[in-house]
Amino acid sequence: MNVITPQTQPDVSAQSLTGYVDCDVHPYFKNPAELDAFLPTRWREHRKEYGARSRSALAYMPQYPRLSPQNGMRMDAFPPDGSLPGSDLPFMREQLIDLFGMAHGILLPLLGRGGDERNLEYGAAMCTAVNDWMLAYWCDPEPRLKASIQINVEHAESAIAEIEKRAGDRRFAQVQINQRGLEPLGRHRYRKILQAAAANGFPIAMHLGGTSGHASTAGGWPSYYHEEHHAYVQSMEGIVTSLVVEGVFEQIPNLKVALVEGGFAWIPALTWRLDKHYRRLRTEVPHLKRLPSEYIRDHIWVTTQPVEEPERAGDMLSTLEWIGWDRVMFSTDYPHWDQDDPRYAFKVQIPEQQKRMLFRENALAFYNLA
Amino acid sequence: MPKHVVATTEELPPGTRKLVTIRGREIGIFNIAGDYYALINRCPHEGAALCKGKLVGRMESDKPGEYRLTRPGEMLRCPWHGWEFDIRTGQSWCDPEHTYVRSYQVTVEPGAAVVKGPYMAETIPVRVEGNYVVVDL
Repeated sequence: MNVITPQTQPDVSAQSLTGYVDCDVHPYFKNPAELDAFLPTRWREHRKEYGARSRSALAYMPQYPRLSPQNGMRMDAFPPDGSLPGSDLPFMREQLIDLFGMAHGILLPLLGRGGDERNLEYGAAMCTAVNDWMLAYWCDPEPRLKASIQINVEHAESAIAEIEKRAGDRRFAQVQINQRGLEPLGRHRYRKILQAAAANGFPIAMHLGGTSGHASTAGGWPSYYHEEHHAYVQSMEGIVTSLVVEGVFEQIPNLKVALVEGGFAWIPALTWRLDKHYRRLRTEVPHLKRLPSEYIRDHIWVTTQPVEEPERAGDMLSTLEWIGWDRVMFSTDYPHWDQDDPRYAFKVQIPEQQKRMLFRENALAFYNLA
Repeated sequence: MPKHVVATTEELPPGTRKLVTIRGREIGIFNIAGDYYALINRCPHEGAALCKGKLVGRMESDKPGEYRLTRPGEMLRCPWHGWEFDIRTGQSWCDPEHTYVRSYQVTVEPGAAVVKGPYMAETIPVRVEGNYVVVDL
């Protein structure tokens, strides 16, 4: 049999996963024209004649080539008809939803790119179109799948209108915000959008990826995708730090935040450091009434994929305990090249009760699902 | 250990592979420059169908800016996370000490020997004049 030593036998007892919640599933279109049906004529024409202008350094291509086709797909996830991975609902049921007995899957579409469109009116129209597309192509035919509301945070008026338009529609689980923005998310200019999300009962989620147009590290553009992938973690740290230190959680005490695909083992170290500096620097930020770690503990949730794999597998349990077992939610990232299989993602035995929390209960509570 | 006839040699020219199921186990049979190898179709990392992965070479470098591709077609890249395994040994490229994929003994036997038995060849018709790829399992 296959052998990985030492102490890294896969957690096969995870067969009891039926009813798990997957917090990161990526739907794609079979044909980009699918979105046209949901765009007003004015923007359909614009899309045809000018196309997208995202806030990235390069147009129509990823900043960093990936190691597998179609911008980083799982090689065996192409549907039988050869269309894009994630574009075929029956095949997604076969490879993911039914295979693992998924109770709910949270859709995070990475298409249309309305969220980082420079033409803000077009971006807003594209966000609305992708929201409607998700309902028509995914959530209505497969109610186990829940949508994430697309918005462009640089157009606050339309972003708030879109959140309010979807309020009360239980097919939507959360508001999706780009991980990399023009300014840190805690800045005042974004506050009303965050307030609108919380006021309408939606958590916000940041999925890794994209570029804002700024270099992706504070030291400039990296050379390799390997570096870029780690720079996503730095972006997540920046978001958390900004939300905490700007006092967002003081002002919006019911705001819940999910960080998707940005790792999680860094959270304890960040809280230790922020707390240390708070003791010395709190007169600079007198609006903070509690330790940074307390805001993080109350407001930040993380998804698991790609699960870190510490050298000593058992260290994973300490890490999860430091973050809080009730703050970690399982995700596969299907159908991407680095997706996790719920049966084998963790290389350490997780106690049964914690496993139920991590694979199911935390997400049910976070998204208020039954 | 029973010997299983899995293919004719004509069926598996160099650079090709065949996926077979022996006693419930999916096994990939590879021909690397005339030598045959058999690996279980399951990545030790997260269980993906490893033997459906891409055949690649070994990219080596002594210092930044210098690269050489060695042993083309002798490494198997997992279709999920891209872990690479040496088809000749089953060893993992990224963790050769601790991670390897189960491999099986493969031989080429003449049809004259195969027809005498005791070989398991349920799906391969055997002719005396042919040559056959045989896996020990």
